[in-house]
Amino acid sequence: MSVRVGEAANAPTFAVAAKHLMGNEQLRRNVRNATEVIRNKRASVVGEMPDWQQLRDTAHAIKDHTLRHLGDYLIQFEENCTRAGGKVHWARDADEANAITIDIIRSHDAREVIKVKTMTTDEIGMNRALEGAGITPYETDLADLIVQLGHDKPSHIVVPALHRNKMEIRELFMRTMGLAELGMRPEDIAEAARVYLREKFLRVPVAISGANFAVAETGSVCVVESEGNGRMCVSLPRVLISLIGIEKLIPKFEDLEVFLQLLPRSATGERMNPYNSIWTGVTPGDGPQEFHVILLDNGRTKVLADSIARETLDCIRCGACLNACPVYRQTGGHAYGSIYAGPIGAILTPQLQSMEHSQTLPYASSLCGACYEVCPVKINIPEILIHLRNKIVDNGDAPVGEGIGMSLAAWAMSDAANLSTARAMGRIAQLPFKNNGAIHHLPGIMGGWTSTRDMPSIPAESFRQWWAKRKRERPA
Amino acid sequence: MDQPLGPRINAETIGPAPYIAIHWRLRISLFITCYNDTLFPKTGQAVVTVLERLGHTVEFRAAQTCCGQMHYNSGYQADAFPLMEKFLDDFQDAEVICIPSSSCVAMIREHYPVMAARSGRPELVHQVNTLLPRVFEFSELLVDKLGVEDTGAYFPHMVTLHPSCHSLRSLRVGDKPERLLRNVRGLTYAALGDSDQCCGFGGTFSVKNVDVSSAMVAEKARCILNSGAEVCAAIDNSCLMQIGGALSRMKTGVRTMHIAEILAATEGAPGAGANGIDGSVRA
Repeated sequence: MSVRVGEAANAPTFAVAAKHLMGNEQLRRNVRNATEVIRNKRASVVGEMPDWQQLRDTAHAIKDHTLRHLGDYLIQFEENCTRAGGKVHWARDADEANAITIDIIRSHDAREVIKVKTMTTDEIGMNRALEGAGITPYETDLADLIVQLGHDKPSHIVVPALHRNKMEIRELFMRTMGLAELGMRPEDIAEAARVYLREKFLRVPVAISGANFAVAETGSVCVVESEGNGRMCVSLPRVLISLIGIEKLIPKFEDLEVFLQLLPRSATGERMNPYNSIWTGVTPGDGPQEFHVILLDNGRTKVLADSIARETLDCIRCGACLNACPVYRQTGGHAYGSIYAGPIGAILTPQLQSMEHSQTLPYASSLCGACYEVCPVKINIPEILIHLRNKIVDNGDAPVGEGIGMSLAAWAMSDAANLSTARAMGRIAQLPFKNNGAIHHLPGIMGGWTSTRDMPSIPAESFRQWWAKRKRERPA
Repeated sequence: MDQPLGPRINAETIGPAPYIAIHWRLRISLFITCYNDTLFPKTGQAVVTVLERLGHTVEFRAAQTCCGQMHYNSGYQADAFPLMEKFLDDFQDAEVICIPSSSCVAMIREHYPVMAARSGRPELVHQVNTLLPRVFEFSELLVDKLGVEDTGAYFPHMVTLHPSCHSLRSLRVGDKPERLLRNVRGLTYAALGDSDQCCGFGGTFSVKNVDVSSAMVAEKARCILNSGAEVCAAIDNSCLMQIGGALSRMKTGVRTMHIAEILAATEGAPGAGANGIDGSVRA
């Protein structure tokens, strides 16, 4: 079994990728503007919900319960989906899921597929696998279309082309769609995409979707979206294939009531998604007449086995943590080297890959807690980041210098006398760098600090020395 | 210095404060924190000044060192664990513990229970449970425990406040620090734009991801400069080290001060126990 999350295994470290991206002022402006707009919209529609915190607690409890009984609910889903005319496939990893998909498409002699926005197909690199098999995938979500036409990578899990602005998109459409003229208004650009896509909706016989939720009790699949392209994809073609990560299960249909309130408000700042498509198996004479579900593991069961980090799988991919994150705000999504960016990506990507790759991601956070505060399902992301750092240290994968530094610090803090000794040594060590109470340049790893910031030098008298002196002068 | 514990009327010791406070004298044990002890001793001196001026007794337990936050947050939980045990021993019988750092308080409140539970040792869980109600961050202690918002301070400068992430999202101190500052005579309070944005310190993050950390503090510095303040205050010196380091490197002339140092200043003793505004370099 080979678990793969896009091309994350070959990505550069976060710090290196971030430094490179931060040189792109246009990209940073685009990211800042877009995240601010969504963040403000979210804040205003969340603020009008008196029971928001109870909804979060409920969602967390439902997810926790589901994950504890995931095996049962998956089998229940398979039974109910099959009874309703669907066909359920099980895929252990990316290669299996891609092979199943290609087999289904080939069985219909199809050479093209239309796709609804789905992160999970990006996770398993489906488009590349399809192209390798001579099948052309067409992304139909506007942002995914922009990414696909530009041979780009998604930088956000909800708004994948957030790093592009209007004029960049206009230029891309004119070039790739062969348009001699195109207006500058957003409506003009959207219209170009509409014309390009409609012909495909009507012609292509197979569609591929992901799922926001899969209901065990009924075998239903739910996809929410804003543009209507999803509704087209799940209703017009003859064949529909839904790739679903096993963590997308919810037990009951009525649980949707909780999640369909949390998701749109958190994701796009809307009270309700414009399109909520829920279907159950096959309905004769209406919609796709052949329906396949591929249930994907790809590392998820390993996450499930970790009782502390398990709640990573609660994620409903709303992207609120990305919009809230001050680190993401500076770098955009590409720095994370994975299709899953931002705080959730920083905990999800390395875990899916069994902590063998993407090991710098758990450190790509100042632990400010903004992600946890906005998370609609209350994933304690800072705590999981720390837990993953712990795993890296326990596996012996932390930098050697860091380990030595931490051991020295542990010795210094183990006893007040040691701390005083360490401080005295520090006062001597800082002498060559000290200038009027401040340090402007330091060598080695601390040089990172002084490259942009001054540092206070260690004063001659510590607090405890002052206190001891005061005690002597003013005995009780 | 030590006086009999008990209720007393406290007027003279406060100096020019226009009120008489009746309260219970407390013996407050100061956990100075390792980095304040080492790098920011004046913050500790200011805490002592304020608490004694309010009529309380401050004690300092010399065995104390560190809460273990740096090790815990960096993934060295095995090293953090004995530091938690040490803290529990050092402050086992302390009546009230004052900590002038919200991130250290967050470490104790959020992570000690987790570490104790994971240890599988019921006595440790019990020790942590009995410790937590006695732990106060400095502004919490003043406002919640002592019921004081006017500390009798005088500081005739324009001051803004950086609400640190731990103070906002872990301790949820709300506007307590701001209320304390607004009650300082002579002080003009300047609101800070995008105040809930992290300053980019994050402990080892500031070195491991130096470029991102620097970009974050650059945004914070811009907001501080836009506020027009002469001084940026906070209840965490860790954030102030990051912010002050950037402000100093940018040669802005804006200084950083722990809130205790502002509250320690009085008309009779401007800058007593405080640094920063009196001209000393505080990077």
